[in-house]
Amino acid sequence: MSKPNEGVEKVPLHLADPHHHKDAIGAKMGMWLFLFTELLLFGGLFLLYMAYRLQYTQDFVIAAKELNLMMGTINTIVLLTSSLTMALSIAAIQRNKKTLAIWMLVVTVAFALAFMVIKYFEWTAKIHHGIYPGSPDLLNMPNGEIIFYGMYYSMTGLHALHVIIGVVIILFMLVFLIRDKITQHDYIKLENAGLYWHLVDLIWIFLYPLFYLIH
Amino acid sequence: MANPTIAEKFESYLDYPGMKKGLFGWIFSIDHKRIGLLYLVSMVLFFAVGVTLAFIMKLEMLSPGKDVVDPQTYNTLFTLHGVIMIFLFIIPGIPAVFGNFFLPIQLGAKDVAFPRLNLLSWWLYMIGGIFAIVSLFLQGGPIDTGWTFYVPYSIRTTTNVILPLLGAFILGFSSILTGLNFITTVHRLRAPGMTFFKMPLFVWALYSTAWIQVVSTPVVGITIVLVIIERIFQIGIFDPALGGDPILFQHLFWIYSHPAVYIMILPAMGVVSEILPTFAKRTIFGYKAIAYSSLAIAFIGYFVWAHHMFTSGMSDTSRMIFSLLTFVVAIPSGVKVFNWIATLYKGSIDLRPPLVYVMLFIFLFSIGGLTGLILGSLATDVHIHDTYFVVAHFHYVMFGGTIIILFGALHYWLPKMFGRMYNEKVANIAAGIIFVGFNILYFTMFILGYQGMPRRYWSYLPEYQTLHIISTVGSWILILGMIVMFWNLIYGVLKGKSAGDNPWGGTTLEWQIQSPPIMENFHEIPTITHEPYYHAAAINTEDNKHKKIDEGENE
Ligand code: HEM
Repeated sequence: MSKPNEGVEKVPLHLADPHHHKDAIGAKMGMWLFLFTELLLFGGLFLLYMAYRLQYTQDFVIAAKELNLMMGTINTIVLLTSSLTMALSIAAIQRNKKTLAIWMLVVTVAFALAFMVIKYFEWTAKIHHGIYPGSPDLLNMPNGEIIFYGMYYSMTGLHALHVIIGVVIILFMLVFLIRDKITQHDYIKLENAGLYWHLVDLIWIFLYPLFYLIH
Repeated sequence: MANPTIAEKFESYLDYPGMKKGLFGWIFSIDHKRIGLLYLVSMVLFFAVGVTLAFIMKLEMLSPGKDVVDPQTYNTLFTLHGVIMIFLFIIPGIPAVFGNFFLPIQLGAKDVAFPRLNLLSWWLYMIGGIFAIVSLFLQGGPIDTGWTFYVPYSIRTTTNVILPLLGAFILGFSSILTGLNFITTVHRLRAPGMTFFKMPLFVWALYSTAWIQVVSTPVVGITIVLVIIERIFQIGIFDPALGGDPILFQHLFWIYSHPAVYIMILPAMGVVSEILPTFAKRTIFGYKAIAYSSLAIAFIGYFVWAHHMFTSGMSDTSRMIFSLLTFVVAIPSGVKVFNWIATLYKGSIDLRPPLVYVMLFIFLFSIGGLTGLILGSLATDVHIHDTYFVVAHFHYVMFGGTIIILFGALHYWLPKMFGRMYNEKVANIAAGIIFVGFNILYFTMFILGYQGMPRRYWSYLPEYQTLHIISTVGSWILILGMIVMFWNLIYGVLKGKSAGDNPWGGTTLEWQIQSPPIMENFHEIPTITHEPYYHAAAINTEDNKHKKIDEGENE
């Protein structure tokens, strides 16, 4: 739009874009706050789990025996290792080893996908046995077991959703790495993605004992 | 847009050449000032819808039995009214509009820490709002659960529950992003010399609010998600028929929704702490006490949620603890009120429209707060819970508190945002009409509730009719007042006289820059050397001398 006042001083061009500034500490702070909200999101679920476990201890113990401890354990190992490769990727870019960083991310994605595949088999096995929310078989079980599986499906499901989001984020990081948007001197994006991935891992570390281990 | 009467020396953010043209220059702008205005416009539109729904509800209450709508429609009316007012209007509220616009300026920054995220928040806000609106027109009809979405009704009703719930979830996400943006901004982007205790109190309030947003919103997020999952998959977590416990839903819901009332009120208190020193022409009394009390409210407010559930089935011990904690929150709030009054004491008070709104606020909010004590005590709450007493109480706090201050903030900052002044006399008259209408509308509800009129009822016993009629007439007066107020503001923004850079003699940073501000707020990042309300150091001191802005002398 043109201005009626003649002789208006125009803003100098170098000031023209006030909205871009690099602040790695700020970016990390924002990420930590976000992770905090994620923890609270799952916190609500953990709270419910605790309340129902106290109410239906017996049913929870019986239902938990049905879960496949083997698959759960393998998945735990897979996810933990993926956290390691993620950290290695960051370490690599800090030392300016771009190719290594890229490969480490590829491995991380591979582990994440492996996790999802195992999860898929685990879930489908359950569903074949007629245990899924709203199924006639499940509705015939005691209330406590219905709740146990309700919690199981919603908590691991929500976690799996986070894994998928994590994969998408890591794929973006791969592109950034290849295009040199992430470099030895500016790798905060990768670091934040790493933080997110560790969170996904961390939540699983709590889900694993709650569903598979304690009897 | 630009008009020769405005003495802009530099191109303002309103007509900055580097932006995309037209509407896209707004809805894709990452400038915090433009995003603030986006929020303002969209929120006012939603507010208009909410008020219209309330207007119809009040018409329905003119006599027992059917007047304009049938019972099911009434259910959906109060639900939508609540959902719109709470999730689309008052929760984004002051932070989204004035926080976005003034937080960076008051800190001496050029923008918030994450400008893109900021734009994303607005988009999420709009998407959430659209979800809620679209659900009205789908098969099954609009949601009728009340804004609290209590289970098990919300998993049984056949109306469209999922879409508005999804909307609420997305709105929560938007609110979280705004919160973490503000926290990071406060930590990272303060101008040189701006220590925490040199920040304006509005910033302190926004900072505390942002923490509540970040800490409590996820809890309601997961609760809402679970209700959606429950409806689709029957997981049983909240379904008593399958062993779930509806009371747990209420706990999780109020763990968020009670702190949410502090999301609503803290920013308003921050605005009061800005307006008072400006119009009392002296520094704020008890700066640190006010700053800390914001944090204290944010903290204690997290532990009082269960006072919404005194009659839902809890043990006596927990009821007593929560009742006690509820009284404890009154302490930091009281600290603020006493400091405000001490600020006015021996100040040279200049009763201009923003201060008029603050006066309304103190009056109305005190009534709301004191009746809150009645509800907070166990014995009386059992008698009047779920009556119009509660309806009156929360309108006094939310409307009489937050919304009145939002109006006050509009009167205080619009001249800075647009560089133009509204008609002050009309503004005062509108405030008067609003005050009268408000009290007629809601005070009668206290009496109705005390006499036993239950809330969320479509019809009532004949003995309540007189009071209902009075109350309905009050709603007309109130709405009339708001129309006059908005008309006056809009007219002022479009056609008003030039306001000058510092019409009120404010001392915080936003008053030291051009009105309307330039795109990057400051030509040079300022260095802060004194506390925010130091009046002797105000730069445009000649503007402080009670200038009649209406006569446009200050150029
Ligand atoms: C002209 C302005 C307004 C009028 C006339 C009005 C009127 C009403 C009435 C009559 C009810 C309850 C009816 C019942 O329980 O049967 C109600 C409920 C409610 N109002 Fe308002 N109101 C107005 C503004 C506001 C504002 C500004 C807010 C919030 C910021 C608000 C928030 C609510 C909420 C949360 C409910 C409860 C809904 C529920 O029961 O689920 N209202 N309002």
